[in-house]
Amino acid sequence: MNLVAILKELDYSPLYISLKTGVVATILSFFLGIFAAKRSMSAGKRMRAVLDGILTLPMVLPPTAAGFFLLLLFSRRRPVGMFLYEKLDIKIVQSWAGCVIAATVIAFPLMYRNARAAFEQIDPNLIYAARTLGMSETKIFWQVILPLARPGLLGGTILTFARAMGEYGATSMLAGNIPGKTATIAQRIAMVIQDGDFVTAGIWAFSVALIAFLAIFLMNLVTDRKAKRGRRW
Amino acid sequence: MSITCRIKRDLPDFSLEISFSTEKKRIGILGASGSGKSMTLKSIAGIETPDEGQITVDGQVLFDKEKKINEKPQRRNVGYVFQNYALFPHMSVEQNIAAGLRGTKEQKARRVREQLSRFRLEGFEARFPEELSGGQQQRVALARIMAYEPQMILLDEPFAALDAFLRDRLLQELMETLGDYDGTVIFVSHNRDELYRFSEELLIIDEGKQIRFGDTRELFLHPKEMETARLTGCKNIAPAKRLDEHHVAVPDWDLTLLLKKEVPPDLHYIGIRAHMFEPVWESAQPENAVAFHLSDVAEYPFEYKYYSHSPDICWYVQKSSYQQIEERGLPNFLRLPEEEILLLR
Repeated sequence: MNLVAILKELDYSPLYISLKTGVVATILSFFLGIFAAKRSMSAGKRMRAVLDGILTLPMVLPPTAAGFFLLLLFSRRRPVGMFLYEKLDIKIVQSWAGCVIAATVIAFPLMYRNARAAFEQIDPNLIYAARTLGMSETKIFWQVILPLARPGLLGGTILTFARAMGEYGATSMLAGNIPGKTATIAQRIAMVIQDGDFVTAGIWAFSVALIAFLAIFLMNLVTDRKAKRGRRW
Repeated sequence: MSITCRIKRDLPDFSLEISFSTEKKRIGILGASGSGKSMTLKSIAGIETPDEGQITVDGQVLFDKEKKINEKPQRRNVGYVFQNYALFPHMSVEQNIAAGLRGTKEQKARRVREQLSRFRLEGFEARFPEELSGGQQQRVALARIMAYEPQMILLDEPFAALDAFLRDRLLQELMETLGDYDGTVIFVSHNRDELYRFSEELLIIDEGKQIRFGDTRELFLHPKEMETARLTGCKNIAPAKRLDEHHVAVPDWDLTLLLKKEVPPDLHYIGIRAHMFEPVWESAQPENAVAFHLSDVAEYPFEYKYYSHSPDICWYVQKSSYQQIEERGLPNFLRLPEEEILLLR
């Protein structure tokens, strides 16, 4: 069988599901990450350490362990899952919503940490100066902090997207591997490998690598153009 | 215009305790690096919060721990000039000046135009801070503050990072700019020359402790405390002991001073500025003179600095009056003229 025929017959739903999951999870992480980073910047030393530990945990935990905690929370036999299903008719386990939640939880720390690093490198005197000039805290956030943190935030966003798109462990536990519904590229690869179908696995592996590379490449182009002159060592 | 500032704040290495009140408009704060000068200024601006105390400007209470008043920096109407000017790097000159302004677009634009012309920044509207020279950056920083019409301006070591030549020029420019400014200006620096030139009244801080607050000229002429003498540039200071109303022992200098004026009972140190010694070429030690044993000499553009060991003394000689030494050689003794001796606590 030649490659063209294979590509013609290929079920493209994993691509669609992965992209959709990646985009939604990135949008969620973007706002949550910036919000958390801003909060942790104004928190006290000890509070910040605790907050930082909890918010970074999903990144260093084995994804299956994160998936276990998520199941513990959202299972329909547990209070939260029960409430969501019975009162709001929302199903998390074995559903696309589960894909999004798993990807968001795993990728969020990347956004949070990058946002915080971006905020930390801003000269505090700029913020003090803005305050003494009468700028409101909201205005300072939008007109001073965000523009200055832009490169770091953009970097964080790409990494978050790439990580969210490739999420496997927690997703397989929470959302399962339902073809056409929750079967992401990562899960698809794992499944076809088990069947010994290395050609399909290869197609998906290269696709996901290409998407991740393009995302990083394009973002770099955009940030470099804005930065007037790229710094070289 | 008046300001009252009584604050306390515990810092890692010492506790800061400042208390002054004045109606003068040009105030200087002199102290070594890390002595609490900046913290004092930041407390007045509302960037830092003191543990205790009160800050009042023109009768308006900005901070009062007991009454639980702590105005936000946004509402204190205080302009703050940071060491690096803290211009917003991503905003043009125009945007920087307009950053804190309120009102309609036209009002803001008019205000910005006024400042641009006042600070000779026309033609630079669209430039970014990194494209400006140090002097231009200072003008933008001042224009940004002036546009906001502050009732007080705080200068936090604005020249500390500059070379000497630029510092002189920018100080000159700053004095001209602030010449017609009606509000109070507080200038923090570790540079006594800047402050001598700028301030009517001077606050001296050492390790968070307020040493003295008073008229600048008076402080330089008659420092009463060891720290004041040191910070105003006195190079020769030694522990001293009052023997009686007219005698002071200075063991480090191997000397007993005989003074016509009365020695205050709380005398602990003696000081003399390095320019004030009178050279003596005699073999026997004259009254109120220390032995001179050259250990090192340093040549500067306009003066020589002589360093003597046992006792450790430093003596500056202007090149214009160097001729004497050229003719007669180095002196055996240095006399301390009574009117130049600083009696210090």
